[in-house]
Amino acid sequence: MDPITLSRWQFGLTTVYHFLFVPLTLGLSWFVAYFQTRFYQTKDETFRKMAKFWGKLFLINFAIGVVTGIVQEFQFGMNWSEYSRYVGDIFGAPLAVEALMAFFLESTFLGVWIFGEGRVSDKAHLASIWLAAIGSNLSALWILLANGWMQHPVGYVINDANGRAELVNFFALITNPKGWLFFWHTISAGLATASFLIIGVSAYHLFRKQHVEVYKRSFQAAALVGLIASVLVFLGGHTNGQFMFETQPMKFSAIEAHWETSQPASFSILTIGDLSGKREVWSIRVPAVLSFLACNNFDCEVRGVYDIQAEYEATYGPGDYIPLMVVTYWTFRFMMTVGFIMMLLAAFFLYATRGNYENAKWMKFVPWVIALPYIANSSGWILTEMGRQPWIVQGLLKVEDAVSPNLTTVDLLISVIGYTVVYGSLAVSMVYLMKKYAIAGPDAAMHESVDVAPAVVGSQD
Amino acid sequence: MSYEFLQILWFILIAVLWIGFFFLEGFDFGVGMLLPFLGKKDEERRAIINTVGPVWDGNEVWLLTAGGATFAAFPEWYATMFSGFYLALFLLLVGLILRGISFEYRSKDSNPAWRNRFDWMIAIGSFLSALLLGAAFANLARGVPINADKMFTGNLFTLLNPYGLLGGVTTVAIFLLHGANFLGLKLEGELRERVNGVAKKLWIGASVLYVALGIFTYAAGFWARGIVNPGIVPIAAVVVLLATGYFINRKMEGWAFIMVALNIVLTQITFFSMTFPNVMLSTTNPAYSLTIYNASSSQYTLTVMSIVALIFVPIVLVYQGWTYYQFSKRISTDKKSLVY
Repeated sequence: MDPITLSRWQFGLTTVYHFLFVPLTLGLSWFVAYFQTRFYQTKDETFRKMAKFWGKLFLINFAIGVVTGIVQEFQFGMNWSEYSRYVGDIFGAPLAVEALMAFFLESTFLGVWIFGEGRVSDKAHLASIWLAAIGSNLSALWILLANGWMQHPVGYVINDANGRAELVNFFALITNPKGWLFFWHTISAGLATASFLIIGVSAYHLFRKQHVEVYKRSFQAAALVGLIASVLVFLGGHTNGQFMFETQPMKFSAIEAHWETSQPASFSILTIGDLSGKREVWSIRVPAVLSFLACNNFDCEVRGVYDIQAEYEATYGPGDYIPLMVVTYWTFRFMMTVGFIMMLLAAFFLYATRGNYENAKWMKFVPWVIALPYIANSSGWILTEMGRQPWIVQGLLKVEDAVSPNLTTVDLLISVIGYTVVYGSLAVSMVYLMKKYAIAGPDAAMHESVDVAPAVVGSQD
Repeated sequence: MSYEFLQILWFILIAVLWIGFFFLEGFDFGVGMLLPFLGKKDEERRAIINTVGPVWDGNEVWLLTAGGATFAAFPEWYATMFSGFYLALFLLLVGLILRGISFEYRSKDSNPAWRNRFDWMIAIGSFLSALLLGAAFANLARGVPINADKMFTGNLFTLLNPYGLLGGVTTVAIFLLHGANFLGLKLEGELRERVNGVAKKLWIGASVLYVALGIFTYAAGFWARGIVNPGIVPIAAVVVLLATGYFINRKMEGWAFIMVALNIVLTQITFFSMTFPNVMLSTTNPAYSLTIYNASSSQYTLTVMSIVALIFVPIVLVYQGWTYYQFSKRISTDKKSLVY
């Protein structure tokens, strides 16, 4: 394999891996902050247990997000040096602001939160978890503004003297609608992820009649937030889709396997492509729905992939401008289907909390819902990044021109294999600890020496 | 503000970020490396980790910010250095990942084998990170092969020259000493005594290596190749390092810590002024060197980033300082008071 392919695989693997942990960090931080606030206000021990228990799971997850995040920042220079040279004048800024404004806040105050109980005032301790939550979510904003710029470049000119893109309007960069749409979509996805984790873990304990008060309250809060968040994810995604239709028509049509321009456009329920993933063999379609998705009415024209390809060849020169459609098409359908299921489930759970739900037989199966947001989150990222291909910056720079030219296949094999091994073993320890603490319940999270053996549990409080 | 002023300002700012990083993360690298050797019992190891527990992650953000600031202000420098030092940085990342995750996970299982494994990963990760950072900086001082297209033309072995290796080992030694001094400030009882004994030995090793690195730098002509002569700064760096021994012997831990901290700061100032206004010297042809002028962002970007930095750097300094103040008490190995 050549260095470009390996660099792409590496970036894809490390990014998707990193993003397995990030949404939970984003969403769960708010829950922990809220539970701790309730404890601060009411001095109700149940809230303290909730803050401690979910806080423990939050920390186990957070640690991996942090260490894999460093890799992300370094990789732009390490693997994509030509990209960094070409857009560094613009793209570096949000990354630097992210570190300065968000990472410092998040890491410093999380340290205070972990070690500060009883050392700093209760008020400062409470403030520290809120500041950590704000820091985490701010970092999402800045990195998504950076990614939004790659999807929809704004506020720049091409400097002919040095042949690079340069920033001329910072305000346009930080108000880029694409970035804010991503932020909306991602923050609500984070809350939905955290909600489903809480729902699943709570159901596990409720089914076993353990710590009923802690997990009933958790379940109810998560069901409510889960429903609101998954509706917001959907609305954000829909708005994002319409913006994409205007700014990245190729991605939009590739997601839909929409080959030929049509008006009104039909929505594909199922399309089978040929082996290249770039030709249609057979499909089932619903009339006019794609037009609605694109522009909120059932009659607008949606241009097909072939037409856009022809236009891009005329504009940018010969080349293949069609993303790998088998990926964009299916990741979109995974994301949508799972998102819908999450919405329905959250509504059902919220409705169920009106009754005697903790004794319901179906509670046994609820822990499985934890998997759902992970499928949707990963599909979403793969979709948005693969859908931009062959561009690294839409319309400005292609991926093949962005890679570091000095890297050899051997360099990349070492790093790809190295990351895979390291990340694989991290995942093993992380899943082991998550499972252990999730099952052990709030008492184990209260006992600071974290021996989960029953004899020690609850001995300190 | 003139373009040149901004370029110099950002060079200084990035230097400040690196100085902050080496000063702060320097001691937590040192603490990490000393962990399995100093801590015999589990409580001792936990106490040692807790000296840096609340702050190490915040310290590491200085590195991320230095990286981000380099990207924003000098994209060509960022691109050439990060792609050029590819495998070295990959190993640095592995080191940082291993130690970061281990700080958080080591106490989350009571199995002694689990804890021991993570303790060693903290030590190895810290060692690897310190070694590679030192080697990378030494190579920046020495110069690396860069062609007319601002591209690095060497490989990992280019960096493994005697000067680079000496720079790496010296950095490890200084950080070990810095970590020991920090532990002397933060621990109490028998552990504090043990740290003092170790610090004495570490001081000898660090001093020998540091002086050797200085002589090598001077003899090989890596000295003052820019427009600034660091003057007495490196001499002062040697003096404070030598003075450290006096304070360690007198058990004046605060002063010993300040001396090595000063040594690190002065060393970094020397480093950044030695090659100024170059940021990456080319050994292929001096004309191909990256400078603050040919590697920087546009005037507009530098202006915007200056405003951002002017607002946020002071805020960060205030709250990080507050954290250190809050956690300034000594840590005992008494199990009841230990946060796991």
